[in-house]
Amino acid sequence: MENPTNKFEQSARAISRMMGIIFAMFMVVGAFLVYVMIDPTLSAFRPAPEVAVVAPVETEDDFDKIENGIHVRTGFVEGEGLMTVVNNCTNCHSAKLVTQNRMNEEGWRATIVWMQETQNLWDLGKNEDIIVDYLATYYAPQKKGRRQNLTDIEWYVLAE
Amino acid sequence: MDRRKFVQNSGLTALSALLGAEIVFGKHLPDGYIPLGLQDPDPFKMFDKDPEMVVLNDKPWNIESLAHLLDDRVTPNRSMFIRNNGKIPENVDPSQWTLTFDGESVRNQKIFTLSELKSRFEHHTYQLTIECGGNGRSEFDPPAKGNQWSVGAVSSAEWTGVRLRDLLEEVDVKGDAVYIGYHAADTHLSGDPKKEPISRGMPMEKALQDETLVAFQMNGKDIPLAHGHPLRLVAGGWPASVSGKWLTGISVRNKVHDGAKMTGTSYRVPCNPVAPGTKVADEDMCIIESMPVKSLITYPKTGATLKEGQRLAFRGHAWAGELEVSKMQYSVDFGSTWQDCDLEAPANRLAWQHFSGEASFPKTGYYELWARAIDSRGNAQPMVLPGWNPKGYLNNACHRIAIKVV
Repeated sequence: MENPTNKFEQSARAISRMMGIIFAMFMVVGAFLVYVMIDPTLSAFRPAPEVAVVAPVETEDDFDKIENGIHVRTGFVEGEGLMTVVNNCTNCHSAKLVTQNRMNEEGWRATIVWMQETQNLWDLGKNEDIIVDYLATYYAPQKKGRRQNLTDIEWYVLAE
Repeated sequence: MDRRKFVQNSGLTALSALLGAEIVFGKHLPDGYIPLGLQDPDPFKMFDKDPEMVVLNDKPWNIESLAHLLDDRVTPNRSMFIRNNGKIPENVDPSQWTLTFDGESVRNQKIFTLSELKSRFEHHTYQLTIECGGNGRSEFDPPAKGNQWSVGAVSSAEWTGVRLRDLLEEVDVKGDAVYIGYHAADTHLSGDPKKEPISRGMPMEKALQDETLVAFQMNGKDIPLAHGHPLRLVAGGWPASVSGKWLTGISVRNKVHDGAKMTGTSYRVPCNPVAPGTKVADEDMCIIESMPVKSLITYPKTGATLKEGQRLAFRGHAWAGELEVSKMQYSVDFGSTWQDCDLEAPANRLAWQHFSGEASFPKTGYYELWARAIDSRGNAQPMVLPGWNPKGYLNNACHRIAIKVV
């Protein structure tokens, strides 16, 4: 015959075990949430970011996606040195400030020097040549002459 | 990571978690739609700008207008260009705002509160034309570095404020004063708190003009944040960079002000004309003062198609820096012949002037309507690019629109 006391003890033990598990789970979830508050991007579990990486960072699938030869996030043209440019030239200002400009090697180099002298740009080390080569190749000046034709005209009918 | 893609790839639960709230009618969201709360800030909404305006740069914000958006006689905020050198200040509190006067040539250093400025000094309202020194830069060859402005970095709004002159009287300026330099609350892109993004100024002669204002209103309302709320210098007819936004200080200097973007090649052109592409030493570059004569055809929009025999009523604005526009002409034959336009007097000195005309076309075909303003000293806008300069300033070549007669 079953002893009611035993049954009570068993139930009490089971409840106590369950409470323990729930408490432990609480602690784990709580610790995780506290961690996420401190480090929302979970950066401690990723390799330390390098300021000037040559190869594209592969860890995030779409972050550096390239579509039709354009680096989607920044609008830069795909080419050798792209990620060095992205990593060094879009921290302070928009990529648009670069992509709307056209300069030869000398011009891009002078711009880097100007940014170092007046805008707190860091020493680019051996990345400078990679960056300047990329920019002078893909963002080189085109001859415009003294006055260009009007282009991209959207024709419409003007009512009388 | 790429927020859009991430959001597209995750379910509604993830979306809800990101938003911190359940998306109640989430199942009705179209595929690929990103809830507004998660979209990148929309500059047109944020700054209340016409969605046709062109974003040249989003860090810092630089947005330009188009000729046909500038048709209003007084430019509303909606079509006013934005040119920033640094980051727009955050948490602007007008009740705590002050303007400090200091510098070598000030006898009484003084701090005015905004309410003191408004209550103690006489208010003045002027329509003032402000054009970016680099407006038209995109046309230069060889190209010049910087934001590639087309034609839309100009505005002529009504500014209300107190005269800078009245404030200078109060701080008792010494006889050796040469220049005033402004200081402002915008922050440097690098995040360096010791660096000012821009701190330009003007000679005493310009500072003492009736129309040079320390303004707190634009078009009868508080100045919009992107245009300098709550306090801005306005110096019509000079490069817009002289009209410092988010104004916190004026230094009265006993020499030409040497703040950020006053020195080197910034807002300077070669003192003597140079061939395109010439390297010019810093000491041979001179500060831009008055902007040159210029005009814009604001109606119709480029690309108008007319029926044979249909006449074209057009209109626009013309301005000439410190001077007045005395004559306005148009041509439909690439400058072979010019006809006069009707030209109105300015609302006040340094306001742009309105012109209008009616052109006719001899036969079907492609035409361009060209506009040319001539200032009170006889300087006309050139049809080709004016003198090349390393930074691509002061392009006042004639504006033109494309017309087809079919």
